[in-house]
Amino acid sequence: MNKHSTIPAPVMHQDLRHDSGHKHVSGRAEYIDDMVEPVGTLHAYLALSDRAHAEIVAIDFEAVRTAPGVFGILTADDIPGENDVSPSHKHDEPIFAVGKVHFWGQPIFAVIGETREAARRAARLARITWRDLPAALDVDAARAAGGTLVTEPLTLRRGDVEAGLEAAPRRIKGRIAIGGQDHFYLEGQIAFAIPGEDEDVIIHSSTQHPSEVQLMVAHVLGISQHAVTVNVRRMGGGFGGKETQGNLFAAVAALAAKRWNRPVKIRPDRDDDMQATGKRHDFVVDYDVGYDDDGRIQAVDAVYAARCGFSSDLSGPVTDRALFHADNAYWYPAVKVRSEPLYTNTVSNTAFRGFGGPQGMMAAERWIEDIAYGLGKDPLDIRKANFYGTDDRNVTPYHQTVTDNIIGRLVDELETSSDYQARRKAVLAFNTMGGVLRKGIALTPVKFGISFTATWYNQAGALVHVYRDGSIHLSHGGTEMGQGLYIKVAQVLADAFGVGLEAIKIMATTTGKVPNTSATAASSGSDLNGMAAYDAARQIKARLAAHAARIYEVAEADVAWVPGGIMAGRQFVAFSELVASAYLSRVQLSAAGFYKTPDIHWDRANGRGRPFYYFAYGASVSEVTIDTLTGEYTVDRVDILHDVGRSLNPVIDLGQIEGGFIQGMGWLTTEELVWDARGQLRTHAPSTYKIPLASDVPPIFNVRLAEWSQNREMTIGRSKAVGEPPLMLAMSVVEALSMAVASEADYRVAPRLDTPVTPERVLMGIKRMRTERPA
Amino acid sequence: MTDPANAIRFILNDAEIALDTLPATQTLLDFLRLDRRLRGTKEGCAEGDCGACTVLVGRLTEAGLVYEPVNACIRFTGSLNATHVVTIEHLSVPNGPLHPVQQAMVDHHGSQCGFCTPGFVMALYALWMGTPQPSRTEVEKALQGNLCRCTGYAPIIRAAQAVAGEPGADPLVAHRQAMADRLAGLRNTDRIEVGSGKDRVIVPASVDDLADAYAENPGATIVAGATDVGLWVTKFMRDIGPLIFVSHLPELHRVSDADGVVTLGAAVSYREAEAALVARIPALSGLWNRIGGEQVRAMGTVGGNIANGSPIGDTPPPLIALGATVTLRRGQERRTLPLEDFFIAYGKQDRQQGEFVESVAVPHLPTGEHLGCYKIAKRREEDISSLLGAFRVKVEAGTVTSARIAFGGMAATPKRAKAVEAALVGQPWSEATVLAALPAFAEDFQPITDMRASAAYRLLVAQNLLRRFFAETQGRAERLVRQVA
Repeated sequence: MNKHSTIPAPVMHQDLRHDSGHKHVSGRAEYIDDMVEPVGTLHAYLALSDRAHAEIVAIDFEAVRTAPGVFGILTADDIPGENDVSPSHKHDEPIFAVGKVHFWGQPIFAVIGETREAARRAARLARITWRDLPAALDVDAARAAGGTLVTEPLTLRRGDVEAGLEAAPRRIKGRIAIGGQDHFYLEGQIAFAIPGEDEDVIIHSSTQHPSEVQLMVAHVLGISQHAVTVNVRRMGGGFGGKETQGNLFAAVAALAAKRWNRPVKIRPDRDDDMQATGKRHDFVVDYDVGYDDDGRIQAVDAVYAARCGFSSDLSGPVTDRALFHADNAYWYPAVKVRSEPLYTNTVSNTAFRGFGGPQGMMAAERWIEDIAYGLGKDPLDIRKANFYGTDDRNVTPYHQTVTDNIIGRLVDELETSSDYQARRKAVLAFNTMGGVLRKGIALTPVKFGISFTATWYNQAGALVHVYRDGSIHLSHGGTEMGQGLYIKVAQVLADAFGVGLEAIKIMATTTGKVPNTSATAASSGSDLNGMAAYDAARQIKARLAAHAARIYEVAEADVAWVPGGIMAGRQFVAFSELVASAYLSRVQLSAAGFYKTPDIHWDRANGRGRPFYYFAYGASVSEVTIDTLTGEYTVDRVDILHDVGRSLNPVIDLGQIEGGFIQGMGWLTTEELVWDARGQLRTHAPSTYKIPLASDVPPIFNVRLAEWSQNREMTIGRSKAVGEPPLMLAMSVVEALSMAVASEADYRVAPRLDTPVTPERVLMGIKRMRTERPA
Repeated sequence: MTDPANAIRFILNDAEIALDTLPATQTLLDFLRLDRRLRGTKEGCAEGDCGACTVLVGRLTEAGLVYEPVNACIRFTGSLNATHVVTIEHLSVPNGPLHPVQQAMVDHHGSQCGFCTPGFVMALYALWMGTPQPSRTEVEKALQGNLCRCTGYAPIIRAAQAVAGEPGADPLVAHRQAMADRLAGLRNTDRIEVGSGKDRVIVPASVDDLADAYAENPGATIVAGATDVGLWVTKFMRDIGPLIFVSHLPELHRVSDADGVVTLGAAVSYREAEAALVARIPALSGLWNRIGGEQVRAMGTVGGNIANGSPIGDTPPPLIALGATVTLRRGQERRTLPLEDFFIAYGKQDRQQGEFVESVAVPHLPTGEHLGCYKIAKRREEDISSLLGAFRVKVEAGTVTSARIAFGGMAATPKRAKAVEAALVGQPWSEATVLAALPAFAEDFQPITDMRASAAYRLLVAQNLLRRFFAETQGRAERLVRQVA
């Protein structure tokens, strides 16, 4: 029986399960730490600095060397190539600190042990003589210390801001501190390197960016990229934390593997992972906003200072993206926004879902709120008054014209479907009773730009093999971290060939199949790789169509692809039959597909261009209750309407929206990163760093896709990216908490809660309201 | 054949395990992943907080064989004698049909990256066995000890409420008696001792044997639930051997309620204590479900919560307010002291070498007295308290005749607020008295600022909690309650 002979139904735009779901639930999905280790496998463990900023005067390794189970020690002196894994190629991120450490948790050397336990225990035994240096831990301290930047800042400017501010009838100045966030991927960083002959090395890496790991390892080993193969079957979560942060671990494993010609695995424990790897940037935004009596913004002048940590990493593009989203969904007649990517003696901050965008938007929502409380209006009215227009009022601070604006329709629909107005009235009425409990409700919009702002990243490749029996191998450059990229691209390919999903085997991502890939990041995975796979299918189909025309003696124009195969004139030929005959006719049944996003460009020096191919939109309404005695709160109900264009897979997209919202809510509520005065991160494990639980999910959680939306641009299936935008839907939780706090001062004082809005911040906000309450 | 008296014997899925040598501090997770190469159980945090390593451990109790979710990352292998360890691999065979819990998770898209998923499946399996059609509140409670970073939990909750099939057909349920019989055969009637030196594992045969063993090895570490001691090993890499395990001893699991006192053996878990203690003292109900997650409540013990002397342990403040006493034993000697006197200073308890906590006695709340207990944390559930206040007053003819107020998280030990108590006693139980007493908190406590909360917040909330307690005694119970349909 030919199992591929039934007529398959199209699978694009359908609800399909995650391709690994059945393996996840049975514990049979293999992560790197689960792989069978070859005999002789060694384990590496990093020794980390316990100083925030200090010179290393001397290191005595004696106790390390003589500890049981220690096989060797790896230091900077053992690196044949460059001691650097800087993704920005600024050579500012050593694998092992030399001479000086710049943050608490910085790797100094690695111990190679017969077991991980042996290496881990020995890594603590070095005796290091330090000479302490002054440490600047946060934005204010960094500025006070001279304001060293880790990368070039950006300014976006449009219109005459000074004149706009001067002329505005009303003006507010303020500051918001926006906290960072740890990724808390459940699978921590890990790499496993297996040496081969000559210079070869194979690395299994939990990375969103295998091509960069390949390049970094080549640099570190002083060899060519072609000798390094990086494989990624799946990650146990990424969220941006494995875009660059896996480089160091892969490099250490590869160094040790080549040096001792043994397989080497490295996996830090959770505390070390959280202390040694970067997080979402925390920002301090100072703003000066002019507006009129109707709440319409006239001019915005703001500085976005970020705690970048000790190296540039991705801080340049992250702080750039904060500025790109300083507008959220709002039009500013005149605007000047500047970034200040500051060097601090903390871990180097990195990519995290939204990539600076959430911080940019959080600040925008803050001045909207300030205006609303200043005018005594519903913040939603201020939001609507400032939304981008469709035909006018539609140019961004970076001079891109917004041509696909749907925020008005989206917000109107959500306002109605969530019964916002009636519920707001009820909340106001509840609060007038003056009890210990207070409620708040808020509706916030999201507009998020889709494309890498590094234009060259907007490319992707795929490799598709069709075998004689009609079965298909699918490889592409995207990595699977749970987001459902693999199934989405497989859906694209299945429909392209008119075959069922079971005909397609999704291959693990490897640099050996598809070269020079971009990070699976910026929500771009299915946009880019879906198109690349589609392009590969197109090439093979063209050859098959030509072959069919030849053997069935019809004009090529009379060959039509239909589900299950082709029509050659009036004759149906099953795909597997067509493929079998094509093979015998020596038709090439493999193709490399390629895609690059069209029509985008970015002139950073002048702050102008079209960095984004399109925008994704969404909106949410959150309702909360706070306890004015303790600051504790509950998020009682959330309604979301989100735009994914024409969804490639609605249930997968729904999962991204629900998950993104909850992750965003964690960032803005309970996930607090705390460093002590000596620069040690004190929240470095789940016992102290609190991500949301099942019992934090709003009891009423209505999430819908804007089903009428389809991408105006020619994306795959007219879908839109979904990875990052939903995270920012959680801003409505902050605004709702603000409203509840503001009830203490009759909504006439802007609460200005910094994030995360912990119970403590709520209570202290209430205390402030009581002092500043107008008589 | 291994000498049964000199081996730790348990059932792992279908296989009988006998270990006559093992590293004393080896965790069950390392045993599974490294020794048995069962790699479906994942390490997420190695501190019992994320639940990725959740397995079921079946153990014999007076009520028969009970399966509980356990964090394998902080459970020591040496503590497993006469138990049935069930891992994710046991639920379905490769390429075979999935277990109903697994199938529901697939059908409802409950996994994304999949790394936390085996732990969720095991937690849901434990829930489903006892509660096949759980309410949302029950699901949330069952999942307090499991972190997921991808899904936002919503699809997992949907899956949990949609599991098909009847637990009766489940192998663990259907064969419970047969397994119970097998485990009974593995119970040790003599002391088990394996290993030597620091790597010695001692599994006493009885409490008397425990007393002897500890007297013989006063440098040993007594391990009950390991929810704290486990971290000494996984986080701090302390050499704490030899280890004496006690959680298998039936005498230490005894809960009695007689003569106005609930007495808990030192190995009574939070879960086991709940029925007797919370039923007797309803003011504890709000607290009890906020201690750790389900796994920690199954493993952790009230005795251990006391014995480790933590200033942020959740049970000492209410127990001090209730006037609980603790009984310590060394060899055949016992002494009983008020719980509040047990805590001397940070990290220092009134416990002599070779002496161990044998039981805790909690007097009932006398009729007519008021008790309030409030836990404050950054995250509502599965979090360590920023502070925890327990208030008890006796009001006669409108006047406060006695007050016992104790706090955790406000000082280096769980501590009574004696100045506040003094400000209340003898005064009318009124708003004015409460307000007048608030400044006394600053006499009692000079809390610290740390990653959980600032000193100012702690002090302000402590005062506000007294106001809340007063309001509640007046029938004004405006408390934040998460409304779940």
